[in-house]
Amino acid sequence: MAKLPIYGLMAEFDSPEALLEAARRAFAAGFRKIDAYSPFPVDGLAEAIGFHHTRVPLIVLIGGIIGCLGGFYLQYWVAVIDYPINIGGRPFNSWPSFIPVTFELTILIASLFAFFGVLALNRLPMPYHPVFNVERFQLASRNRFFLCIEAVDRNFEPERTRRFLDEIGSLGTYEVES
Amino acid sequence: MSNGMDPAGLLGIAQQSAGGREYWRSLEELAGTEAFKDLIGNHLPRHAAAFTSAMDRREFLTLMGASLALAGISGCLSPAPAPPDEKIVPYVNQPEALVPGKPLYFATAIPVEGYGRGVLVESHMGRPTKVEGNPQHPASLGATDAVTQASVLELYDPDRSRVITNAGRVATWDAFFSALNVELESQRVTQGAGLRILTETVTSPTLAAQLQEILRIFPKAKWHQFDGGGGDYAHQGARMAFGQPFETLYRLEEADVIVSLDADFLLRSPASLRYAREFINRRRIPGGSDEANRLYMIESTFSLTGSNADHRLAIAPSAIPQLARTLAARVGVQISAEQPAISPAQEKWLGALVKDLQAHRGRSAIMPGEYQPAIVHALAHAMNDALGNIGKTVFYTDPVAVNPTNHAESFRELVRDLEENAAQVLIILGGNPAYTAPAELDFAGHLVTSNFNVHLSLYEDETSAVCHWHIPQAHYLESWSDVRAYDGTVTIMQPLIAPLYGGRTAHEILAAVAGQAERASYEIVHDYWRGQNKAKNFDAAWRTALHDGFIAGSALSPRNVKAKPATSFETSEPKRASTGAATKNPPSLEVIYRPDPSIIDGRFANNGWLQELPKPLTKLTWDNAVLMSPATATRLGLTYRVGGTGGEHGTIYADVVELEYDGRRTRGPAWIVAGHADDCVTIHLGYGRRRAGRVGTNLGFNANILRTLDTLWHGASIAVRKTGAQYALACTQFHHLMEGRDLVRAGTIEQYRKNPKFLIERESEKEAPGTLYPGYKYDGYAWGMSIDVNACIGCNACVAACHAENNGPVVGKQEVLRGREMHWIRIDRYHRGEPSNPETYHQPVPCMQCENAPCELVCPVGATTHSQDGLNDMVYNRCVGTRYCSNNCPYKVRRFNFFLYSDFKTESLKPLRNPDVTVRSRGVMEKCTYCVQRINQAKIAAEKEDRVVRDGEIEPACQQACPTRAIIFGNINDPQSRVTQLKTQPLSYGLLTELNTRPRTTYQAKLRNPNPEIENG
Amino acid sequence: MASKPSDPGGDTLPLLEPGHTFGSITDKISSIVLTGRTPLFWYITFGVGFILVLVLLFCITALVAVGVGLFGVMIPVAWGFAIVNFVWWIGIGHAGTLISAILLLLRQKWRQSINRFAEAMTLFAVACAGIFPLIHLGRPWFFYWLFPYPSTMGVQPQFRSPLVWDVFAVSTYFTVSLLFWFLGLIPDLATLRDRATRRMPRFIYGMLAMGWRGSAIHWHRYEMAYLLLAGLATPLVVSVHTVVSFDFAVALVPGWHSTIFPPYFVAGAIYSGFAMVLTIAIPLRRLYGLEDFITLRHLKNMAIVMLATGMIVAYGYLMETFMAWYSGDLFEKYMMMNRMFGPYGWMYWILILFNILIPQALWIRRLQTKPWVLFLIAIAVNIGMWLERYVIVVVSLHRDFMPSAWGMYSGTVFDYGVLVGTIGLFVALLFLFIRLLPMISIFEMRELVHEEEGRSQ
Repeated sequence: MAKLPIYGLMAEFDSPEALLEAARRAFAAGFRKIDAYSPFPVDGLAEAIGFHHTRVPLIVLIGGIIGCLGGFYLQYWVAVIDYPINIGGRPFNSWPSFIPVTFELTILIASLFAFFGVLALNRLPMPYHPVFNVERFQLASRNRFFLCIEAVDRNFEPERTRRFLDEIGSLGTYEVES
Repeated sequence: MSNGMDPAGLLGIAQQSAGGREYWRSLEELAGTEAFKDLIGNHLPRHAAAFTSAMDRREFLTLMGASLALAGISGCLSPAPAPPDEKIVPYVNQPEALVPGKPLYFATAIPVEGYGRGVLVESHMGRPTKVEGNPQHPASLGATDAVTQASVLELYDPDRSRVITNAGRVATWDAFFSALNVELESQRVTQGAGLRILTETVTSPTLAAQLQEILRIFPKAKWHQFDGGGGDYAHQGARMAFGQPFETLYRLEEADVIVSLDADFLLRSPASLRYAREFINRRRIPGGSDEANRLYMIESTFSLTGSNADHRLAIAPSAIPQLARTLAARVGVQISAEQPAISPAQEKWLGALVKDLQAHRGRSAIMPGEYQPAIVHALAHAMNDALGNIGKTVFYTDPVAVNPTNHAESFRELVRDLEENAAQVLIILGGNPAYTAPAELDFAGHLVTSNFNVHLSLYEDETSAVCHWHIPQAHYLESWSDVRAYDGTVTIMQPLIAPLYGGRTAHEILAAVAGQAERASYEIVHDYWRGQNKAKNFDAAWRTALHDGFIAGSALSPRNVKAKPATSFETSEPKRASTGAATKNPPSLEVIYRPDPSIIDGRFANNGWLQELPKPLTKLTWDNAVLMSPATATRLGLTYRVGGTGGEHGTIYADVVELEYDGRRTRGPAWIVAGHADDCVTIHLGYGRRRAGRVGTNLGFNANILRTLDTLWHGASIAVRKTGAQYALACTQFHHLMEGRDLVRAGTIEQYRKNPKFLIERESEKEAPGTLYPGYKYDGYAWGMSIDVNACIGCNACVAACHAENNGPVVGKQEVLRGREMHWIRIDRYHRGEPSNPETYHQPVPCMQCENAPCELVCPVGATTHSQDGLNDMVYNRCVGTRYCSNNCPYKVRRFNFFLYSDFKTESLKPLRNPDVTVRSRGVMEKCTYCVQRINQAKIAAEKEDRVVRDGEIEPACQQACPTRAIIFGNINDPQSRVTQLKTQPLSYGLLTELNTRPRTTYQAKLRNPNPEIENG
Repeated sequence: MASKPSDPGGDTLPLLEPGHTFGSITDKISSIVLTGRTPLFWYITFGVGFILVLVLLFCITALVAVGVGLFGVMIPVAWGFAIVNFVWWIGIGHAGTLISAILLLLRQKWRQSINRFAEAMTLFAVACAGIFPLIHLGRPWFFYWLFPYPSTMGVQPQFRSPLVWDVFAVSTYFTVSLLFWFLGLIPDLATLRDRATRRMPRFIYGMLAMGWRGSAIHWHRYEMAYLLLAGLATPLVVSVHTVVSFDFAVALVPGWHSTIFPPYFVAGAIYSGFAMVLTIAIPLRRLYGLEDFITLRHLKNMAIVMLATGMIVAYGYLMETFMAWYSGDLFEKYMMMNRMFGPYGWMYWILILFNILIPQALWIRRLQTKPWVLFLIAIAVNIGMWLERYVIVVVSLHRDFMPSAWGMYSGTVFDYGVLVGTIGLFVALLFLFIRLLPMISIFEMRELVHEEEGRSQ
């Protein structure tokens, strides 16, 4: 069968420390299109592969502001503009009574933004991904740690990259079919 | 009548001729024919026919359908309910102005126990829906009582008898009249020696004339009277004192001191509405210029009047005649018999009373109780004579009742005749003797001896069951008749609607007896009065009489009378039953029988509104009980248990006692009443009905089993045994203490004179409750209400009126037990002082219409909001039923439809509804609206005429019904309105104002007028 | 290699029994879900729960068909069991989010083995609670009128009403808890996906895992979002029972109208929440042999939290009583006397016993680590907290301002039916969860192992 261009090369490690070390060295070696996979979050791993900033907090902040203003305006509009009516002698704009709902909506919208924001940024749901083609990769959700250098990286050259990975302590290096 | 062969055409004729009478006759002529006999066989086609022919023309097809569907043959025979054929005169100016949605008012009178009360009946498109008082009528003065309010429900009661029966089988009028005629023929031979007519108290001139006519035709016939209530001691007493059975009238407005010898004149009197008004008019203090009257009550049971007395003396019934004698001696009546010594406490009380009386010669009144023996009445007359009250506060007229007789004797005689088989033909017009008569006589048992007896009544009741014939009676709202009020004023009763169930009036039956079966009661009454009226302009007079609701100047004129020397009668002891020495084991007590405050002698037993009405003082519903004082209950080891569900406001488990009198036994729950006399028990009549209808059957227990003719109202030595069983009574207010909360503020007139504001100077009211919110401006109308606790006698008229006006549902005993009754206005009853003789306060509590309504704030869907004129509106169709509003209502005036309480199914009840008020469905909250429908009608009328609503133009149902005008409604933005003026008076206070609810309904404090000598120890 | 975490109590109980590796933990926890054999006790408990659910469905059907009058509610006590149960369940629903959110922010490692099912418990408790406001309506089919929606009638909810606040608070709380819970599940779902042997589970877990592959960048964003959600959930969890307490505090009724309600309701909620977590955790760790993960240390910490919140609740009771006296308000004073010595007095004293006195046993250190003792105390607190709500709701209402309107209340068979029904629903849902999803957060346990190792070196 014809050899397909591969997605990248994947190295397996057995501890987060090893992975972290490998990632650092790969990054130092000039690889940029790399990704690390671990069964639990490993401190500094993202930074090690050159990822520093996330926009998640900004998204949540926007959500919160929308919820807050929208929530209060909803009540103000209902009680003062759309259908003002004398309720127990209270003023139409009984703003103290509107605080709880405003608060709850702030939280609600912000949370929704946080949840769907992180999914969107992570491009999830994504049922198929080339890394899944690697037999051993299913251990990535158990007790194994993987580093993947993608073929699109301009420094990528199958043989040298494989050797490089073996050097930085890979317990096994696999081709990731695309 | 060829087309008479097919029922459709047949009814068609009936409609076109629009004459119920002809209709009847034509059908009955038909009844003989083959065609009709065929019709009898299959009902359905006839129904269909009736529908088709009735629907297109009449408003009342649903009702028609119902009466047809339910009533079987007579239903089919009955005409579609319609304005009666004869000309009846509307109270408003334009007659025949049948504007849809615009009610007409017709004047007539309601006969209760024979005596009439003028009423105006509201009629929507020919359906009477509400009964109000006739302001011009002396016995009403515009007010009504609970019974009158509920009588309209009786009219539409689906349980009313709809069919004439012979030995329980459906029969026709034709059959009845022919049978009657056969009997009468045989009686003619003997001049009617075997003919007996039994009526209740009769005041109707027409009926009297008819009876005389019959007695002329049948000289040997006898007319007996027996009234479930009454007993007619008053007339006997008058006979004793004056030699003639005079009627006694009082002018309480003139009386400074009133002594009631067990006279419950605020509730149980043909003139109660008037007396209540006059009595209270002398107690409206603000202004405080004229002297308030003072009421001394001497009684055994705790009556409504007693609860309004300044001083009460609760003594055993057997002691009352003696005390009356003593009192008489003190006020200067010649008494020969020696005076037994009385207890020092009573001595002191009596002394003060006598002094008071002497100080008010000519301005006092001694009122003997309806149920007291004749001797008490006679002594009272003598006392009034001695005190110079006659002609000033007490008046005597010729008897209003036609031929007043001793009912007990009259009935005893009838039963004797039955025993001796002397009464072969017995005609019973109204009443229910088989139930109301003392069981000892076994009236029902003796009936079998007569070979023809007929019972005319609204319901197929206990008596109908034992009579050969039962004839459905026309309700008073369906009848032409006439009736006299307590003072003799005649009202010509006009029907509001053709008989729904084809009933007939007593007039028509008597006419038949007199051999004129075809005369309609209209003719009978009309002709009688034409005969009376010599003037040529009779028609005008007739019109006026119908229009006004009474015949002007028909009141009987006072007679100046002189009492015979008391020595001639005072020794004659009232006949009493074997006054056997009271045995100790089982404890034997005196017994007092009284008509039930709501359903009287049981004649209203099937009226759900009245059954559910909390009885004054006891606040019991749906049951009667053995009432006794706390001390007596303790002696008998009787107690109660508060139910886990509804308890205090709902279920109370009372000990059941067995009562035995002359070997006859019954059982009933014991109820402890503060203020009841010791060593005697009170039992209310009217319960234990066996054939009352689906509402009234098998409620409570029947006291008539114990009664005898000699002890109609009081009996000695009744044995009371504790059974150990308990019975759940539905009591809407068990907690009678105010727990130190000044809900009812009360004081004495002296205190008021010293410092008018003495009742409203409280910390919480001195500093105005502060608020961050600017209040709403209510420019334009601002409705408010002022309720005078001082004037409220607790008669329940407002509660019944509210229920009738606002389509209130009847929830039944089970739901009341759970504390779910649906009255929008309730009368709270509080006691103060020692249980043996407490002060009692009645406080009507409707919705307060708070300006800062707590209920509105918490409603999540805005189903209760404020209107422009400050009403606390309830939007039924927006309510989802969280019931949060009720929780947050400090006054607990909101009511919730926990189930589908309103009756949407019973067809005959649909025409009863007030079309201006929503019939509430399941799961929604409801409450008093100040009768917003009346407010809006008045506002619309005012806008049309481009003016503002006049003060007093709007009367909520409660205000309109109130006999004492205790409730005043109006615009509080108008400084001139009565309500504003009342609210500015020093006795005006709000309920729980410290909560800053700013209630629109406020109260006038209660002021008692005690005799310092008694009060200050 | 017992750990020595910084612990003021200075105790030596481990958070995780020694000898566990990433693999062993993964296998142990996921096997509970992936095993083909369902244990007998699971069938029994779930069966019982399911039968009670049928009872619940019957009662609800009857209520909707016949009317809310089937409950014992009346005037003046227009709120009964339904509201009592609502508040009780909501309270129970507080532990989960609290444990996962607040303890996360406080960096309390011991949360990690209990947060997952605590969150699940929260969801199910809130689900049970949500039933009551619905079925206690007079016209349940119009419940949606409490939400703002473009209505042809042009009318909208009345936002001054605490009931509307409730609607928003509870629905927000449920939504956020659900998101929080599911976000936490994603990596574990991936684990299950990879470990599942059979096709169907593999597919389902795969779909739910949404293609999670543990990328470092994903983890980075994930942790950030998780932290932020925790930050949002923390004020939320506090606000929810505050709002619930407003249902009462905003009203006039003596015994409701009190400013101390919000803090004291929140404390009570956490109290009952932890009690419920213990009630569930203690049997489960035994039945599934999870003593290694849910260690005595966890039980001890929860016991201490219970003790602390219990004391706050006690303070609440004390303050209520004191204020009733100090305010000098006639109605308040009467309310308190009636609460203690009125017809329902016995209830008050039982709740004092269960909520205040019995938990004092937790001062004794030995007892803090006796699972069955804790279990019994937790049960007592659960009952006590239910009684507390009963006393607040019913006993305050049954005698308020107008003596003429006073009345007694008691639940009907339907009241009890719905109560046990929701308990059944709770149990059924919980056991479904245990059977189908990892009841302990696997990836967080791996982290824990990693840290323990790091510490031990």
